[in-house]
Amino acid sequence: MTNSLEDLARADVILLTGTNTIENHPVIAQMIKTAVLSGGTKLIVVDPRDISMARYAAVYLRPRPGTDVAWLNGMARLILAEGLADEKFIESRTEDFEELKRAVDAYTPELVQKITGIPHADLKKAARLYASAPSAAIYYAMGITQHTTGTDNVKAVANLAMLTGNIGRQGTGVNPLRGQNNVQGACDMGALPNVFPGYQPVSDDGARRKFEKAWGVKLPGEPGLTVLEMMNAAARGDIRAMYIVGENPVLTDPDSSHVVEALEKLDLLIVQDIFLTETAKLADVVLPGVASVEKEGTFTNTERLVQRSRKAVEPPGETRSDMDIVIDLSNRIGYKQSYSGPDKVMEEMASLTPSYAGISFGRLARGGIRWPCPDKKHRGTRILHAKEFTRGKGRFHPVEYIEPAELPDREYPFILTTGRMLYHYHTGSMTRRSRALAEYISDGWAEINPRDAKRLGIREGAPIRLSSRRGSVETKAKLSARSPEGVVFMSFHFAEQAVNRLTNPAMDKDGKIPEFKISAVKIDPVSST
Amino acid sequence: MAGISIKVNGRSVSAYPGTSVLEAARKIGIEIPTLCHHPELAPTGYCGVCVVEDLGSGRLITACDTPADHGMDISTDSPRVTEARRRILSLILSDHPETCVICEKGNACRLRELSSNLGLAFTSAQRLGHLRGVVDANPFIHRDLSKCIGCQLCVRACREIQGAEAVEFTWTGLKGRPLVTGDQEMSGSACELCGLCVSLCPVGALIEKPTAHTGVEEQSVSVICPYCGVGCTLSVRVRDNEVIGVQAGVPGSVNGPSLCVKGRYGLGYVQHGERLTKPLVREGDELVEASWDEALDKVAEGFKKTMKTHGTDSVGILASAKATNEENYLLQKFARAVIGTNNVDHCARL
Ligand code: SF4
Ligand code: SF4
Repeated sequence: MTNSLEDLARADVILLTGTNTIENHPVIAQMIKTAVLSGGTKLIVVDPRDISMARYAAVYLRPRPGTDVAWLNGMARLILAEGLADEKFIESRTEDFEELKRAVDAYTPELVQKITGIPHADLKKAARLYASAPSAAIYYAMGITQHTTGTDNVKAVANLAMLTGNIGRQGTGVNPLRGQNNVQGACDMGALPNVFPGYQPVSDDGARRKFEKAWGVKLPGEPGLTVLEMMNAAARGDIRAMYIVGENPVLTDPDSSHVVEALEKLDLLIVQDIFLTETAKLADVVLPGVASVEKEGTFTNTERLVQRSRKAVEPPGETRSDMDIVIDLSNRIGYKQSYSGPDKVMEEMASLTPSYAGISFGRLARGGIRWPCPDKKHRGTRILHAKEFTRGKGRFHPVEYIEPAELPDREYPFILTTGRMLYHYHTGSMTRRSRALAEYISDGWAEINPRDAKRLGIREGAPIRLSSRRGSVETKAKLSARSPEGVVFMSFHFAEQAVNRLTNPAMDKDGKIPEFKISAVKIDPVSST
Repeated sequence: MAGISIKVNGRSVSAYPGTSVLEAARKIGIEIPTLCHHPELAPTGYCGVCVVEDLGSGRLITACDTPADHGMDISTDSPRVTEARRRILSLILSDHPETCVICEKGNACRLRELSSNLGLAFTSAQRLGHLRGVVDANPFIHRDLSKCIGCQLCVRACREIQGAEAVEFTWTGLKGRPLVTGDQEMSGSACELCGLCVSLCPVGALIEKPTAHTGVEEQSVSVICPYCGVGCTLSVRVRDNEVIGVQAGVPGSVNGPSLCVKGRYGLGYVQHGERLTKPLVREGDELVEASWDEALDKVAEGFKKTMKTHGTDSVGILASAKATNEENYLLQKFARAVIGTNNVDHCARL
């Protein structure tokens, strides 16, 4: 997030898109809802599903799935046409404005309506509301990124914010909501194939030399493979050994049967987790880790806030922390290292990572700090890009609308879109083992528009089968107008109806994010015998 | 801004205009008892327990929703105040079931605390019949509305803090009780089962089911929630090395008094019987228990062999969006420095 949660309620207008916030980021939803109910903030919701948040919206737009660039460009065009752009900001802080102007010019309200289904008048209302607010913030999540055009979608979002000068001040910004408690931190720490901690490129000679010196070894300068690329490489036999810590790709990655095949081909699969997950069942060696309440460490939340988490209980049996295991393993392989505790690990990391340089366990004991925090006196950064962008001037990136990779056709007439529900989390390995949550919702469903259901002769709760070109799953129908006609929604929490057997592994060429939000499926009633 | 000065129990205090008598008194360390007051909610004066006397005018006023005014001479414990407070509490008690012995709220009950501070006993109140019942509609929240004292903290919190507007107060007088929108079961309403209302209920009318009958904690430890990226702080209640519950409200936390249903009620997995406790090593079709030495040697040998025969880029490592920063740092260091590959990623995109 460019801004912090503290200034969320200062926004006069919040534009939420591609985030079912009440179910995925409930406490941020709580902040938004109360900001709206107190009368200080107006809300625009843009989502194909009529999510609960729409109830709080002054304007609700319902685009067809996968048409984000079209409505975002359309809004930019309207803002320009109505003279609502922030010319001073564009002039002093940005470049390539002319290119943006040219690119969005084709996105007339008529065309946008045709592509997205959003009525002209509604788009205009939203554009006016967003652009005329003294400060307006955009919040988005995977509904924007999990597309083959994910990177383009994000660029189109950023264009809108720059066009209206809604960057670098309180109550503004471009704010992606991160899904897992430390997905931000894992990225910050360089658990990515192309960067060291703090996003220092592995291909950068200076950065590499710094890490080589600190770690005392030569380091490879070619970026490595992403998760899905690793799976493909494993299937080809190029990746021979994998070490998977605390993740469950069999359920989380698209096209599960392909993932299982790839993992089965490995010479060596090591899985480290707290439960015997679907992925761990395929492993050659399973190492028992500890739960987060059983260890000391830090996590970085969606607003870049680094916080300490304390050990509440002793771990069971012979389990060992990930930290302990990795260090032991390094030593056995022949790379000697030791740390007296996680604080020392952070010390080493901070000494190599400018954006975390001023952060230490000692300081965090007094409260969280938002990076960048370049030195021990620095109090952290609440708002990014206040005076200038990381690269100096902010560049407009004109983008064009491109259709999703797999559209419905005669054989597979429905769009399947996936996500989470409030009461469960990810693959369910934790929530389905927490009694009250598991008892409350014990299995999944496919959410179908009642009209579609009627046409197909499917009743509430009826067993149905969803099939795509890649596989099929059985589940039960939940009739709800939350899903528009032609769209079905499923969560991926339930192994026995693993929706990722259906999803399309086609991915965004830059972000390498799979298109979970759109795959073509058909729906058949299952006759109960 | 010009301050307003008043006297509380003979001591002077000055406050900004708009400050309530309650807050003004708190500034000099004088606590006025309250039942329906919460610092994050607009004051209402519903319960009347915060009654004080303005000695100048002789008026009895509720301290939580009366702004301090020039020249006020407040007594928080004059005989009239004590008498009024006792009367108010007796009335509440007269409609409260005498189930304290088995009530899950136990000594955390504000009504019990206030009553005993004022020397009130149940038996001194004339009993009234209970007109409200028990609602037990979901695995999270047990509602025994016979114990409801009508303070409306739940209704106000759900609207003003949670923004869900799932509870409203219906009927009046003795039949008054909090309903969940349209009197549906909680699960069918706008209720998000966040548990905020339960955490604020001053009596045993709203009780957390997952943690009921687990007793009192030995200590509370601040843990960052293991679920989504909001980064809420869970104050984890621990007893006998077990998690017995979760509370919000850790000062300086992102979430203040709020949590969601997963953070508040979703730590059960930690003690689940299926936790892996020993390393497992594959023997044919089966995974069998092994010692750490056996397992780690097997892993180390396996890596070395793969690196030697197929090169370092034949190894791939998935770090974790659930692991700590320190662990992720070590994992990418392991990939790069120990193995010698940049094939390291995690499920950021999934
Ligand atoms: S649990 Fe949360 S949403 Fe439900 S009634 Fe209570 S405060 Fe409202
Ligand atoms: S309590 Fe809920 S909103 Fe807060 S971090 Fe946990 S899952 Fe996210």
